[in-house]
Amino acid sequence: MKLTGSEIIMECLLQEGVHVMFGYPGGAILPTYDAIAKYDDRLHHVLVRHEQGASHMADGYARATGEVGVCIATSGPGATNLVTGLATAMMDSSPILAITGQVPIPAIGSDAFQETDVTGVTLPITKHNYLVTDVRDLAYTMKEAFHIARTGRPGPVLVDVPKDVQLAETEFEYPEGEIRLPGYHPPSSAEESEVSAALRLIEEAERPIILAGHGIMMSGAMQELRELSERAQIPVALTLLGKGGMPEDHPLVIGMMGMHGEASANLAIQEADLLIALGMRFDDRVTGNLKTYALNARKIHIDIDRSEINKNVRADVGIAGDLKTVLTQMLPKLEPKSHQQWIARIRDWLEDSSERDILNYETPGRLLTAQVINDIWKHTQGEAITVTDVGQHQMLEAQYYPHQRPATLLTSGGLGTMGFGFPAAIGAKFGKPEEEVWAIVGDGGFQMTLCELATAAQENINVNIAIINNFFLGMVRQWQELFYEKRYEATPLFNPDFCKLADAYRIPNRRVTERDEIEDAVQFARDIDGPTLIEFVVEKEEMVYPMVPAGADLHDMKRRPKPGEGS
Amino acid sequence: MTSQVDINKVTVVALVENEPGVLNRIASLFRRRAFNIDSLTVGRTHKPHISRMTIRVVAGPEYARKIATNLQKLVNVIDVRVLDNEPHVERDLALIKVRNDDAESRNTITEICDRYPARIVDVGPKVAIIEMVGTEEILEEFIDEVRPTGIVEMIRTGVVSMGRGTRIHDTNFTRRDLAKIQDELSAGGNGNVI
Ligand SMILES: Cc1cc2nc3c(=O)[nH]c(=O)nc-3n(C[C@H](O)[C@H](O)[C@H](O)COP(=O)(O)OP(=O)(O)OC[C@H]3O[C@@H](n4cnc5c(N)ncnc54)[C@H](O)[C@@H]3O)c2cc1C
Ligand SMILES: Cc1ncc(C[n+]2csc(CCOP(=O)(O)OP(=O)(O)O)c2C)c(N)n1
Repeated sequence: MKLTGSEIIMECLLQEGVHVMFGYPGGAILPTYDAIAKYDDRLHHVLVRHEQGASHMADGYARATGEVGVCIATSGPGATNLVTGLATAMMDSSPILAITGQVPIPAIGSDAFQETDVTGVTLPITKHNYLVTDVRDLAYTMKEAFHIARTGRPGPVLVDVPKDVQLAETEFEYPEGEIRLPGYHPPSSAEESEVSAALRLIEEAERPIILAGHGIMMSGAMQELRELSERAQIPVALTLLGKGGMPEDHPLVIGMMGMHGEASANLAIQEADLLIALGMRFDDRVTGNLKTYALNARKIHIDIDRSEINKNVRADVGIAGDLKTVLTQMLPKLEPKSHQQWIARIRDWLEDSSERDILNYETPGRLLTAQVINDIWKHTQGEAITVTDVGQHQMLEAQYYPHQRPATLLTSGGLGTMGFGFPAAIGAKFGKPEEEVWAIVGDGGFQMTLCELATAAQENINVNIAIINNFFLGMVRQWQELFYEKRYEATPLFNPDFCKLADAYRIPNRRVTERDEIEDAVQFARDIDGPTLIEFVVEKEEMVYPMVPAGADLHDMKRRPKPGEGS
Repeated sequence: MTSQVDINKVTVVALVENEPGVLNRIASLFRRRAFNIDSLTVGRTHKPHISRMTIRVVAGPEYARKIATNLQKLVNVIDVRVLDNEPHVERDLALIKVRNDDAESRNTITEICDRYPARIVDVGPKVAIIEMVGTEEILEEFIDEVRPTGIVEMIRTGVVSMGRGTRIHDTNFTRRDLAKIQDELSAGGNGNVI
């Protein structure tokens, strides 16, 4: 069957199980849009309002489903608008495929209209990228691109397709069989000697702790993690992106670690004699000062990316492999153990933390972000997929919305991309239409991608937007309060009337200023099948505690004073 | 001035796909990870689709391994080895243009070249070009000896290395480049593009 390059792209998307893509047209990608028209009974194209939105939607789709999310843009400015989304996906190992139009091959290198060296620009922020120069390579390249995006350590892949390649015709046949790439062999299982070395350290440990990261979910190793933790009675601390890897109400889960993590988790790490790091990459927001990090502990590090092992923290046993596979190798030989004293010690710290919990404070007449988020949790029975933006509300989400299931907290961790939350929530809802999806965003970050309100309205997509409006770039303001003597330069915000804005897009909305209005507003949003927006007007100058200042020792946390301890 | 050959130099050898942009990917990786490279050479192998790189780093073997694990992540990089303990042959080549305008310098140069694996490959009334091949250390030594006669121009290729004995660093793969294979087939070739 002879097809054009554009049709081949569509056929490949179908072969790979894609039903939805997020994009924006333009000259160099027009032939492909013409093909989209022909396939629109099988492939739904979501028209965004800015290509950055398309990249975050593809990312949200990918994080929610574990499948490759697809975005599409024209050459030049269309492609460069994807850059932030690609970098975001790269940092958090999210599998997305970006298809970009390029000027025709003969024009490449001539500074043609809307020509940008897109493979050059995106080289360091994609797992791999391609410029397709022959239509006969297209089908194989697409298959390869999907394979690379979703296997090993997942990540974004970009395929740049010149306009003449989109128009050229060739015989189409989807390549059969496995992709075999000479230089691409993600590790999978561990050597027997590595397994026994790891088991020996676990056997010898008295104060072990598991650090569970994003890799648990990417590998689908939730059950194996739980078995390891339960059988050897090892407490589990989670990274921000690891949340959902084990149910947070499990008695062995001690919460998030790191800069804004639970004090108990951080103190436990500093006192532990063994860290078992599973699919996490010791980000500096996790470790604080490396020179004083977990000095008493030996370390087991299991990660599918060999270059992560010994990158930041030296491993006594480093295993490059797929977590589910490696844990499955380990479990049959794992002896039951108990660490009662150690666990009791961590519980003491936990109790101290709950005494400082902001929810225990009397705060008449004030609406606090923690209350809003905790109430959303309550009224959604803790079952929603929440997608956050970046800032204080993001950290408070992590602290006050416990997650029981994998891939139910979607957040930009590594790049910390403001503007991610709302479009990623739209993408997540397309991926998981049966789930309730909430975008929890700050007033600052929401304004970076709020043009997607039009997309949400046009698609009538059922995403509930909770704007946490403190009229500040809150997280930056917090740093200014702590480290710059409250010189609030460039952090107070003039904001639009968010409810009127929603009205303009014909999106049902509410404004909440009192705690007792929250339940009703949440219910209002849940009852409407389509986008809704709730603006929560919260305290202006809240703080997120605990906080390990950047570069400080992990145990050196700024804590919220207990009630009665003064300010 | 005596030469300072760093004893902490480590060699990394990589087999890479001979595709457009591969060198760019590698250079970009080095820049992004702030890896400090002493020298880097790329050349063809006996297989048209595979190139081979030799990378020299002033660092300990651990740093070299970091480079190796990162290089290995690139899809177009087929295989990477760190030659820190393996016995291997290494060669650097220099073309050195020296002043040659009086009898004394002519004699000195000939005399020095006789003691090294060096050849004079071009002679004129004012200057001569010497070709010198050897290990990095010997090259440094040689250059130091020649320097007083007056070097006016010089280029070195950078080190290439190969493990000794039967340690073969090679790879078997058939490239998937469909268009190329089809071209070759339709041109009556045998399609063997290994
Ligand atoms: C304002 C702000 C504050 C933050 N504060 C905190 C904080 O307090 N605490 C915190 O934890 N984070 C915090 N972060 C997030 C932090 O920056 C990192 O993004 C996060 O810690 C990374 O978590 P991770 O290592 O689990 O996930 P990733 O960065 O996604 O790494 C996942 C790892 O798993 C590996 N992997 C993937 N698949 C597999 C597999 N199949 N088998 C084995 N391994 C696999 C990957 O190779 C990778 O090394 C904050 C971010 C922001 C923006
Ligand atoms: C694109 C981008 N620009 C700047 C920053 C730096 N930054 C981190 S948090 C933050 C403030 C976020 O404010 P807001 O969205 O109102 O959320 P809040 O912290 O108040 O919850 C800023 C500016 C960033 N993370 N991303």
